[in-house]
Amino acid sequence: MNRASASLPQPSLSLLDTRLWRHEECALGMKEMARVMPGLMTWGLVTGVAMAKSGLPLPIALMMSSLVFAASAQLSAVPLMLAGAPIWVIWLTALCVNLRFVIFSVQMRKHMVCLPLRWRLVAGYLTADVTYALSVHRHGGKAPASSENLAPMAYFLGAGVVNWGGWNIASLCGLLFATWVPTSWGLGFAGTLALLALLVTLAKDKKTLWAAALAGSAAVAAYALPFRLYIVVSVAAAVAAGLMMDAWTDGRGREGGGGEARWPSVDAGVRQAEAAERGHE
Amino acid sequence: MSEGEMALAVLGLVALSALTRSAFFLSRSEWTLPGWAERGLKYAPLAALAAVVAPEVLMTQGHLVAHWQDARLVAAPCAAVWAWWRRDMLTTIGVGMAVYLALKWGLGW
Repeated sequence: MNRASASLPQPSLSLLDTRLWRHEECALGMKEMARVMPGLMTWGLVTGVAMAKSGLPLPIALMMSSLVFAASAQLSAVPLMLAGAPIWVIWLTALCVNLRFVIFSVQMRKHMVCLPLRWRLVAGYLTADVTYALSVHRHGGKAPASSENLAPMAYFLGAGVVNWGGWNIASLCGLLFATWVPTSWGLGFAGTLALLALLVTLAKDKKTLWAAALAGSAAVAAYALPFRLYIVVSVAAAVAAGLMMDAWTDGRGREGGGGEARWPSVDAGVRQAEAAERGHE
Repeated sequence: MSEGEMALAVLGLVALSALTRSAFFLSRSEWTLPGWAERGLKYAPLAALAAVVAPEVLMTQGHLVAHWQDARLVAAPCAAVWAWWRRDMLTTIGVGMAVYLALKWGLGW
């Protein structure tokens, strides 16, 4: 980590800026997120039903459904609340369940620093799994967002707003109409299928697929870990495996010793890896 | 736990959603990610998706599925092949759910 003392100039971009909302990338983000939404909304519906049937007082369940916007944290908090666990235990559990988001925020950073703190917090709040995956896929390797380069932020905003809106509508419906939703059908599986479809369509090359396969296996193997930490463990394993595969395909076989490894430049490395990938085909 | 305490707990969860997801951009002071980390993290998005999907398909109540007659084990590969072939999300969800529900209702899996 290199930390320079110089701070960047104060950012002034607002998420309400009409240039962001009118940007064509915003519409594209909305459209691409909308394709995944049927699956995610079925999942939201099932989560809402689970909330309704949990035994929480309705106002609390409503508040939780419409504000927290983190299904796994919600579902882990509910039994603790009902059991009367101390509040710090509930928060600590949610923190652990949310740890994967901390990893996501590393990659979102370069596009987010163009916002002032209050909008960074709002944008962070909107960065759920699929919004993150889509944004990083489309704009991860591109120039940072700024007042001059609005595209990454516009795309993120479009995707994030559709994700948030759709999820909340669905979970609210599940909560209010819980008795009419047939839970025995296993409708939540549609959410899994949506993520699976996203995974397959976002896969760029064989190495990414191998890393994802490893992550899936690691998740099953480590599933018994508390606080859904298996997700963080799996991502770490996939990242490590990806770096090893990169080292092999680069033909350098050089070990990345701690933070000391000096790659020529990230983009050059990625280009090289992609060229190597094409060479095999 | 009183309703007031529950409401406080929920507000804490909202704050945690925002704080964990913005953890690395709460501060704007200049900071560069080490090159190896940036290279490695390009594997993170798909890995996170796979880590959520795999247990949902392969496990029930925290255990690996006991026998192969599970609608998910057939529906998920069908959906994956369809997604690979058509590159379309909506129809993938449709195909996967059709196979899943057909096996569940038709064969009682």
